[in-house]
Amino acid sequence: MSGNGKIERRRNVQLRLNLNGEEAEVSFAPYKTLLEVLREDLGLTGTKHGCELGECGACTVLVDGTPVLSCLQLAVECEGRSVETIEGLARGNALHPLQAAFADHGGSQCGYCTPGVIMTAKALLGEEPNPSRDRIREATSGNLCRCTGYNQIVESIEVAAADLRTPGK
Amino acid sequence: MMRLPWFDYRAPKSIEEAAKILAWEGTGAMLLAGGTDLLPNMKRRHQMPGTLVGLRNIEDLKRVSNGNGLRLGAGLTLTELLAVRGLRDRYRGLAQAAAQVATPLLRNMGTLGGNLCLDTRCTYYNQNYEWRQAINFCMKKDGDVCWVATASRRCLAVSSTDTAPALIALGARVKLVSAAGAREVALDDLYNNDGIDYLKRKPDEILTEILLPKPAGWKSTYWKLRRRGSFDFPLLGVGAAVKTAGDGTVEEARLVLGAVSSHPLVIKTDSLLGKKLTDDAIAEIGETAESRAKPMDNTDMDLRWRKHVVADFVGYALRELRGDDMGATRLRIAKQLV
Repeated sequence: MSGNGKIERRRNVQLRLNLNGEEAEVSFAPYKTLLEVLREDLGLTGTKHGCELGECGACTVLVDGTPVLSCLQLAVECEGRSVETIEGLARGNALHPLQAAFADHGGSQCGYCTPGVIMTAKALLGEEPNPSRDRIREATSGNLCRCTGYNQIVESIEVAAADLRTPGK
Repeated sequence: MMRLPWFDYRAPKSIEEAAKILAWEGTGAMLLAGGTDLLPNMKRRHQMPGTLVGLRNIEDLKRVSNGNGLRLGAGLTLTELLAVRGLRDRYRGLAQAAAQVATPLLRNMGTLGGNLCLDTRCTYYNQNYEWRQAINFCMKKDGDVCWVATASRRCLAVSSTDTAPALIALGARVKLVSAAGAREVALDDLYNNDGIDYLKRKPDEILTEILLPKPAGWKSTYWKLRRRGSFDFPLLGVGAAVKTAGDGTVEEARLVLGAVSSHPLVIKTDSLLGKKLTDDAIAEIGETAESRAKPMDNTDMDLRWRKHVVADFVGYALRELRGDDMGATRLRIAKQLV
C-alpha cells in the first residue's frame, strides 16, 4: 500500500557506485551497511565480516581511495562513490604484488584478516611508496590478526612495496 | 549477526536544512556524522532513532578558517583534522589527542564533532542486547540499576572522548545551531557530570564548529593511558596547557582529565600561578588531580591503579610543557610517535 507510511519506508533503495572500476547498480534494504550490501546483494564475499562494531578491521575496503570499515559505513551514503574491494586487485590470473607477497611470505595464515589488511596496505602504498617499518605498523594498527604475530604482515608489505617501486610494475 | 534497526535516512545539503529536519522530527531523529559511535550503538539497540540525518553532504561542516584563532568544522574527520596546516605546531595537545583516537581506519571515518559528542561508556552498557537483557539491563538503557555502584542514583558511565580534554585545555568554544538560532558555549559547559544526560546540547541543535583562541604564548599537550597502542578508549586522558612568561613563570594554566568521570574533569590550577614548573609545583598539582579523579570499575584495568597513576600522567604532561625531553616516556606509554 503506497499510502501507508510504514510500508513505504521499508522499500529497498537503489544505489549507483563505481565498484572495482566498473559502474554497478544495486537494490537493497536501506538499513544495510556497505559490508552487508557487498556480501549479500553484490555477492562479493572477499570482504570479511568480523566484529561488526569497528573493533577488528576485517571488513576494510577503500571508499574514494580511503580505507574505511565497511561494517560502519551505511551503503546509502556510497551513492556515486568509488568502492574498491579485495576482488578488484588481481588482473586475471595475475595476483596484485600485495597478494603475491602475502602468499609468499606468510602474511596470511587463516586468512580472515587478510583482505582488510591488504586494502589498508594498498592505500598506504598508494600514498607512500616507501614507508618505514614503523609507518607500516602504524598504518595497519587498526587491523587485528590472531595468527601471524604481525611480523610476517609487515614483511609482506615491505616486499610488495619494493616490488611496486620496481619499474614496469 | 547484528543488523541495524530500520530508519528513515535523510541527507541534507546545508546546516539550515539539517536544523529544519531536526526541528520537524523532534527527538525521534539523530545526527549521523562518521557513524563510528552511533552505528555500533544502534546495532546493540542502545539508540534506535526513527530518522537518521546524515551530515556527510554538508560542505560547511568541513570548513577550516584562520582568523582570530582557528575555526574547525565539526564534520572534519580526525584524519582531516590532523592534516590541518599548523595544527601540530600551534595546537599540539589537540593533534596529540586526535592522533590517539581509536585506529587509523576509525579516524578516517569518525569526526571531531562526533568525538566531542561521544556517548559515555561502561562495561554494563557497551554490550549487545542479549547480554544486557541477561543482567536485566542498567539505568543508562532499559533498566533501573547502576551496576557499577548499585546505590548510585545517577549513571556512572565514563566520558571517553580524547579531544574534549585537549580542547578544553586549549580554551575552545563550540557553536551550536538550531532552527531557532545559534549559540556559542565554552566547551567545558557542553558537558554534564551524568552518564545519561551527559551533553547540554539540545536534541534540535547541531554542533557545527569548534573555535580555538590564538595560541600566542601557550603550549599544550595530551597524554593518554590505554592498554594497547591503538583501538582503545582512554582509561585516563590528561589535557594540559600553560602560558608562561619569558622566565618560565606560569601566567595561566589549564588542566583537564578525561575518562575519570562522566564529564571532562577540570582541575583548578591556582597552585601553579606565579610559580615556575618546578618538580615540587608539579607534584603538588599532580596530587590534587589524583585526589579529584574518581575512576569507576566500569572499564579496563584496576581502578585503584588508574587513580594512582593520575599524578604520574599529570607530571608527564607538565614536565613536557616545561621543556623536558619526554620522548622515551611518550613512546613507552603511547606505543607510537605522537
